Amino acid sequence: MAHEQVESRLMAYGHTACAGCGEAVAARTVAEAAGPDVIIANATGCLEVFTTRFPRSSWQVPWIHSLFENAASVASGIEVALKALGRAGEVKVIAQGGDGATADIGMGAISGMLERGHDILYVCYDTEVYSNTGYQRSGLTPLDALTTTSPAGAMSWGNATRKKDLPAIFAAHGAVYVATSTAGFPTDITRKVKKALSLAGPRYLQIHCPCVAGWGIDSSKGIRLARIAVNSGLYPIFEMEEGVLTRVRKIKPDELLPVVEYLKEQKRFSHLFKSPGGRDHIEAIQLAANSNIERYGLMT
Amino acid sequence: MREMMEGSSAVAESVALCRPKVVCAYPITPQTHIVERLARLHAEGRLDAGYVLAESEFTAASVVLGASATGARAYTASSSQGLLLMTEVIFNIAGMRLPVVMTVANRAVSAPINIWNDQQDSMSLRDCGWIQMYAEDVQEACDMHLQAFRIAESLNIPVMVCMDGYILTHATEPVDLPSAGEADSYLPPFEPRFHLTPTDPMTLGAMAGPDAYMEVRMLLHRSMQQAAGTIRQAAVDFHEMFGRYAGAQLDTYHADDAEVLLVSMGSLLGTMKDAVDELREEGHPVGIVKVRTIRPFPRSELHDALHRARAVGVVEKDISLGLEGILCSEIRSAFCGAAETPGISSFVAGLGGRDIRKEQIKEIALGLLSDNTCRVEVTGLDHEVLWRAHEEE
Repeated sequence: MAHEQVESRLMAYGHTACAGCGEAVAARTVAEAAGPDVIIANATGCLEVFTTRFPRSSWQVPWIHSLFENAASVASGIEVALKALGRAGEVKVIAQGGDGATADIGMGAISGMLERGHDILYVCYDTEVYSNTGYQRSGLTPLDALTTTSPAGAMSWGNATRKKDLPAIFAAHGAVYVATSTAGFPTDITRKVKKALSLAGPRYLQIHCPCVAGWGIDSSKGIRLARIAVNSGLYPIFEMEEGVLTRVRKIKPDELLPVVEYLKEQKRFSHLFKSPGGRDHIEAIQLAANSNIERYGLMT
Repeated sequence: MREMMEGSSAVAESVALCRPKVVCAYPITPQTHIVERLARLHAEGRLDAGYVLAESEFTAASVVLGASATGARAYTASSSQGLLLMTEVIFNIAGMRLPVVMTVANRAVSAPINIWNDQQDSMSLRDCGWIQMYAEDVQEACDMHLQAFRIAESLNIPVMVCMDGYILTHATEPVDLPSAGEADSYLPPFEPRFHLTPTDPMTLGAMAGPDAYMEVRMLLHRSMQQAAGTIRQAAVDFHEMFGRYAGAQLDTYHADDAEVLLVSMGSLLGTMKDAVDELREEGHPVGIVKVRTIRPFPRSELHDALHRARAVGVVEKDISLGLEGILCSEIRSAFCGAAETPGISSFVAGLGGRDIRKEQIKEIALGLLSDNTCRVEVTGLDHEVLWRAHEEE
């Protein structure tokens, strides 16, 4: 990579993320797409920890971290203050956090932010696990995934629940823009951040981010796996405006992959391949992917 | 000009005079009338601020945190359960050195659920890094808000203005509010020392490891310890401008020659003063020390104010369960290492809105006059109920 390119980063290099971290790729892409005239409110989590160990910071934009569950509320305060001080035109506001901060502990705060109609883009970096605290299950952990709090055993096939459908929940709040994206396709992130920031009102972007340690994958494989998640239908990439589905990332027929190609590369799904009963579970995951393809029209 | 006003309305008008740029709160009894009045002022165009209706106290505190970090003067109000729900943010606001001001309408803490007054809620949060001030009457509560913003912004330490729920929030008293111009000359516009802006991007709320955390916390501790001068100056300047003085960190009443000194915070001081007036008429050398700020704790001032007495009775509406009244424990610490120490006793009273009568205060004072032995008592209990519960156990 060219040196000048590195120097221009608004989320600078030198942070302490794991090699191959999908969240680092996604967050840097978001920052670059947003540009320097932005204030970021960050939830507690990996991104906060690996970018701001005192006395260093990766952030070349104004950035605040308060707590785990209140990034949306802090951003609400920032947005209202900017308006009250007559500075609203000069800067955009982004709130961001991981899947735990977004789907679980901070969801009420996001609900309030959306309901009040703040001019804020909320970005969820969905690693599908509490990465920062050591890979515990979150509301966005997929079915059957192993985490440190959803282990497999005689009585368990891993995580017993499906991913919470946050885009639908947040679209139902009246968010003007709701979209999913993936670290697998950074240009898609860039386009969506720019589009989201061109709109006014509450917006939500959920980005699928491979977590090397949490998923049990080789650090070189995250981006490829993120793309398979898309091309198998497991992680549909779409945009909703005013609650209506307006655009999806199509899966070309020759790109379509079975979910096995995604699952077999990850230790968090390894138990599904070790005993005969796993076949039914893989089949159920395949059916969920098929259902996504149908629901979002990913191939039509 | 003095005008009859309900405590909450008067406080809301005072807050508006402070010209906050962001107000955010969540309703809880008995704080509600304050935020309702502010909503009305906002609706009528008399409060030029962003007024945010939060979905919880947790968010209300987080919104004012974000607003303050953006450089806006920010205000919230809460009570009891709401204050406790805010706790995580309360610590955070102080740690981030954001000069937020909050009104606490003091109320008991559940369980059992109880909406009436005591001071358990804010007293339980005395270690969170906020300056805590307690108002004796509605006028002082009003004046305290102007002082609070000045203190908070000059020290970058948030301030809680505590006023007894119902007893002050819902009481109608004559109040003298300053004009907008007078308020402006006492409290100039907020000039933040730092704020979030792209022209000077900074990272706020970074993680500090074992190599840095203690120093950051000690800087806040030291600022708190050095806050006495700022608190005093705010009170002195206020006195000069408005002619009213209710003490800085302490105030005294008939204290100079008193053999027994009663200590308390908040509206109970009114009842106490009546009791002391009567005791004085009867010839008893009893006086009062009013504690106006529990944080920073005026340790040496308290020592100096109390050390000549034979007995000190700390009457308070809170308890550290398993120990005694919280303020009493702290006052004992003011005499650590002192050669001569008055007998310091704890009197817990008025929990959950139980009435504290003048006669009770007189009984406490007379009891201390005849016996200065240190003791811990809970006054106003129905012993029959306790005895029966004990029997059933």
